[in-house]
Amino acid sequence: MTASAVDHSASAPSAVYRHSLLVRVTHWINVLCLTLLLMSGLQIFNAHSALYWGQASDFAKPILAITQREKDGREFGATEVFGHTFDTTGVLGLSGPPDNRQERAFPAWITLPGYQDLAIGRRWHFFFAWILVINGIVYLVSGFLRGHFRRDLLPSGEQFRHVGGSFVEHLRLRFPKGEQAKHYNVLQKLAYLVVVFVVLPLLIVAGLAMSPGIDAAFPWLTSVFGGRQSARTVHFLAAFTLVLFVAVHVLMVLVSGLWNNMRSMITGWYRIDSTGETHGG
Amino acid sequence: MAADGMFDRRRLLTRAAALIGAIPLAGCQDLSTDPTVLNVLGLAEPVTRRLQRLILSGNGLAPEYTEADISKAFKPNGTTEPDDQEYQDLLGGQFKDWRLQINGLVERPLTLSLEDLRGLPSRTQITRHDCVEGWSCIGKWKGVPLASLLDRAHLKPQARYLVFYCADTLGASLDAAKYYESIGLEDAFHPQTLLAYEMNDAPLTVPHGAPLRLRVERQLGYKMAKYVMQIEAVESFAAVGAGKGGYWEDRGYEWYAGI
Repeated sequence: MTASAVDHSASAPSAVYRHSLLVRVTHWINVLCLTLLLMSGLQIFNAHSALYWGQASDFAKPILAITQREKDGREFGATEVFGHTFDTTGVLGLSGPPDNRQERAFPAWITLPGYQDLAIGRRWHFFFAWILVINGIVYLVSGFLRGHFRRDLLPSGEQFRHVGGSFVEHLRLRFPKGEQAKHYNVLQKLAYLVVVFVVLPLLIVAGLAMSPGIDAAFPWLTSVFGGRQSARTVHFLAAFTLVLFVAVHVLMVLVSGLWNNMRSMITGWYRIDSTGETHGG
Repeated sequence: MAADGMFDRRRLLTRAAALIGAIPLAGCQDLSTDPTVLNVLGLAEPVTRRLQRLILSGNGLAPEYTEADISKAFKPNGTTEPDDQEYQDLLGGQFKDWRLQINGLVERPLTLSLEDLRGLPSRTQITRHDCVEGWSCIGKWKGVPLASLLDRAHLKPQARYLVFYCADTLGASLDAAKYYESIGLEDAFHPQTLLAYEMNDAPLTVPHGAPLRLRVERQLGYKMAKYVMQIEAVESFAAVGAGKGGYWEDRGYEWYAGI
């Protein structure tokens, strides 16, 4: 078996220093920023709860529209996607306690602030957008300088060859042990790379492309997206791609050993099981 | 084992951290609207403004579009039918008695009728109007470049902002106030900044700000005051309204609306 960083016995669990301080700090700042940005972003979305494609809004033809409508004398939350309407009462369009329904696209429990206030939503959004960007720059610069991306995130040729097997193992919720557990597996690496180098940059750039000031400075940027309303739609879709990533990410953290994962993202130390069953909480 | 001892301490640490992390969540709703918190969050605005000003140094133009791009339905927002008596009287007289006042820190105060403005050199532009709510519409605007009027009135050296006073009262009961807005000199002298009297080849309609509205193409819609009555050059807008530089600014929106 292998020698580990701390433990000298081959059969007992050992620990590796998995996450550098910088990765841990930027990770948690990211958690804070993305949570607040999502919640304030949904508050902003609620101010005009429809998405379009192109430069301008063709109010008659939204891609997505979340509204409150009436049918047979009954109000319901209507979510319209490409012309197909779904009843989403309770969550989208119409939400809150049944005896006190509120007409709003996203429900109060997920927007910041809880009640409708676009001005306050924008204030939270643009402050934490700055923190996210600064945090991201620190992470990227250090990641390149210290070889974190090359060393830890770039899948090896060997890993690429076994991507199918890794996928099946994931579906069966079986996770690597021993030497293999010291590194991210190939699906993890690919997911992190896509989030770090595709989804987050796309999200930020699409957000910037919505700014009339930025548009005057770099008109090509808004055009790349196909217009301001397209950029708004891309911004929204990228945000929900990230929500999907976080959902899977958190699920994987839970099923592959919550406390071990949490400890490693807080203290840096990750426990490795050489053989046998995993060590959960 | 030594390693296990370490894990116990780590586990304790982890749990403590999780607990501490949960505490602020309880107070989240109050925090989200706490004035001190909002002031701190507001610190982002000057950073954004300065950076955008730096990027926009020179006279970066907002994109202009073609006739084919003009929105079929251009949504009016804010006041769409001012019920102020003074405005209703002016409207009744088809704005023959309407006069635009340009005063404050200027060498030559101006009083201009709609006919005077129509007789001046004009600019026509097809631009995108971006509402703070998130939607956009494209419209064609014809009007007098504000810079040409400011050149005639000649700003005094102390003048730093222009305040636009409007005819409409917006908001319900206790919150009701006359609409007003303010812009800095970079935008005031920008070639696309117009006092528009025509939209889509027709005189400005009441919902869109008849007889005269401001166009500030590099900022959001709420900066583009409708029903403009007076333009005052000032050193500071602290004494106007609630002192934040505009009707919506007084209600928490950013003065710099470039994002």
